[in-house]
Amino acid sequence: MSRAADKPHLSREHALDLLRAMMRIRRFEGECARLYTEQKIRGFLHLYDGEEAIAAGIIPVLEARDRIVATYREHAHALVRGIPMNAVMAEMFGKQEGCSHGRGGSMHLFSSETNFYGGNAIVGGGMPVAVGLALSDHMRGDDVVTACFFGEGAVAEGEFHESLNLAALWSLPVLFICENNLYAMGTALDRSESVTDIHKKPDCYGIDAEVVDGMDVVAVEAAARRAIAKVRETGAPHFLECRTYRFRAHSMFDAQLYRDKSEVEEWREKGPIVRFREWLEDAGMAHGEEIEKIAEEIEGEVAEAVAFAERGSWEPVTELTRFTYADRTA
Amino acid sequence: MADAAAKSTTREITYREAVRAAIRDAMQRDERVFLMGEDVGRYGGCYAVSKGLLEEFGPARIRDTPLSESGFTGAGIGAAMGGMRPIVELMTVNFSLLALDQIMNNAATIRHMSGNQFGVPLVIRMATGAGKQLAAQHSHSLEGWYAHIPGIKVLAPATLADARGMLWSALEDPDPVLIFENVMLYNMSGELPEDAGAVNIDKAAVRREGADISLITYGGSLWKTLEAAETLAGEGLSAEVVDLRTLRPLDDETIMASVRKTRRAVVVDEGWRSGSLAAEVCTRIMEQAFWDLDGPLGRVCSEEVPIPYPHHLEQAAIPQADEVVAMAKALMGRE
Ligand SMILES: Cc1ncc(C[n+]2csc(CCOP(=O)(O)OP(=O)(O)O)c2C)c(N)n1
Repeated sequence: MSRAADKPHLSREHALDLLRAMMRIRRFEGECARLYTEQKIRGFLHLYDGEEAIAAGIIPVLEARDRIVATYREHAHALVRGIPMNAVMAEMFGKQEGCSHGRGGSMHLFSSETNFYGGNAIVGGGMPVAVGLALSDHMRGDDVVTACFFGEGAVAEGEFHESLNLAALWSLPVLFICENNLYAMGTALDRSESVTDIHKKPDCYGIDAEVVDGMDVVAVEAAARRAIAKVRETGAPHFLECRTYRFRAHSMFDAQLYRDKSEVEEWREKGPIVRFREWLEDAGMAHGEEIEKIAEEIEGEVAEAVAFAERGSWEPVTELTRFTYADRTA
Repeated sequence: MADAAAKSTTREITYREAVRAAIRDAMQRDERVFLMGEDVGRYGGCYAVSKGLLEEFGPARIRDTPLSESGFTGAGIGAAMGGMRPIVELMTVNFSLLALDQIMNNAATIRHMSGNQFGVPLVIRMATGAGKQLAAQHSHSLEGWYAHIPGIKVLAPATLADARGMLWSALEDPDPVLIFENVMLYNMSGELPEDAGAVNIDKAAVRREGADISLITYGGSLWKTLEAAETLAGEGLSAEVVDLRTLRPLDDETIMASVRKTRRAVVVDEGWRSGSLAAEVCTRIMEQAFWDLDGPLGRVCSEEVPIPYPHHLEQAAIPQADEVVAMAKALMGRE
């Protein structure tokens, strides 16, 4: 395995892809927030604002055959993975054209076609499932990596420890990705964890870990390339702690009484999109006009997704009990 | 076919051996099947169900797990979604509560939440019930709780044929199936055809025909209820015994057919009375067969107490044959 393959080649084209992926998430979610105030989208809505470099840096490094398990903050993972924006937006509306037939909503995006095993709204709940998916590949000898995303809040749950232990004990190809945005709803990391260096925890299970600046998409991608190559080579688990920050409230119901506005402002200046964009412009790799053009394209895609969702249909109530068991139709 | 069936020899077998035969058969039939749980391998299973299977199938397929009920149950869910056919063994229903999150929030919901894109063809087996003087934390019967949950199926094999046959049917089911094995049944023995195979899991079974009253039960209570029916017969009362077999979904048809025939019913359930499966069965009878009844329904359930350790208190806490007899006679106006 040549190490060169693990390194990101920061061609102009690739750099623009990374920027585009992040801008696309941001714009999609901005529109979701607006639609939420219009009550087109209901329920809980957790935005990824500020954390885009993680999904954009990691997911494109995975192969189509690899699997993804995500959390309730998973719009970004779903979009980067290639679930069409139309289907994601329709799901947010609860329309049957959505990627989960409208049954899941914002927190439960699924796609069998892209091996996307869901949004899961139970903190830590997806971790054992990821271990099991990897177990199925391990038992068949399939060369597949399961990427498991979770927040730092999950680290306090028993399922985190059970999952790391099982994955290491049975040597399963799972890439654990902790999106450490420093807050679990309103609880700051140092108020919930005795050891706040999360990447040290896997060590007691014999799992190698790396910590990376989750605000730097290039650094995230480089770490992801190393990690995914390692999991594929060894078939053993690996752990990535991505240090990030969410600029918005935990969900649309959160008044953010637990942190100062100034703290958020400071972090915004370090945001993954501004930072990468400035760097690209300074390095002469991209010009303002080009980036504006990307923004326009995204604008069109988002508008089309909203129109698609609006045009979508409500599942007839007569079908209510479908999908509780296999083969059961209304 | 008739010839072959006639030739099949029967053999004395225990309930424990019947479950083991079912697991072995499933493992031989389908490479995707594997068993995992605490002490299923080296130890041979805490109720000795999987004894010998490690030697036969090796540690990858008879997979010992750490004490991580939530972790390995969730791993079973993932493995099922990934194309395997895992059998997860939870030592007893009492410990399954640590895995309740995975069973309820993942196994039971993923098909629905994913709009039918992903199913969880997982089988979870566990022991349930009281009678071994193990005190409260090892003796409860919570299968009725699980029967509350849409998205899973709940089986309670009471006979050797069901212990032998239900597992294969459960493995063929595209949805998660929970199998509850009553601890008092493992040593029960009887004759079973050597080629006994899969059984239908969609229907309740009439284990004894009768005309005067229906005794509706499942699992460990079946045998006590049959004993009660025998006693009642000696007193000139003909009791029909219905074994529910599948607690979710309930087979309303068989229940109502029996009640319409006998016009009276007692439900016997090792769960606690409040919010019990017995409550559900009684309500369904009220909803569907009220005008066919000649009298009120009766229930014999566990006392509303954590199951105690001393033998006499434990036995007093769970349904017994004489209580079933007394209840049936009271409902029929015979004291
Ligand atoms: C088991 C469980 N407990 C509590 C909650 C409520 N809850 C939802 S999100 C959240 C915070 C989780 O924070 P973290 O894991 O850091 O992820 P983040 O939201 O920061 O991405 C909590 C407590 C839940 N969904 N599941």
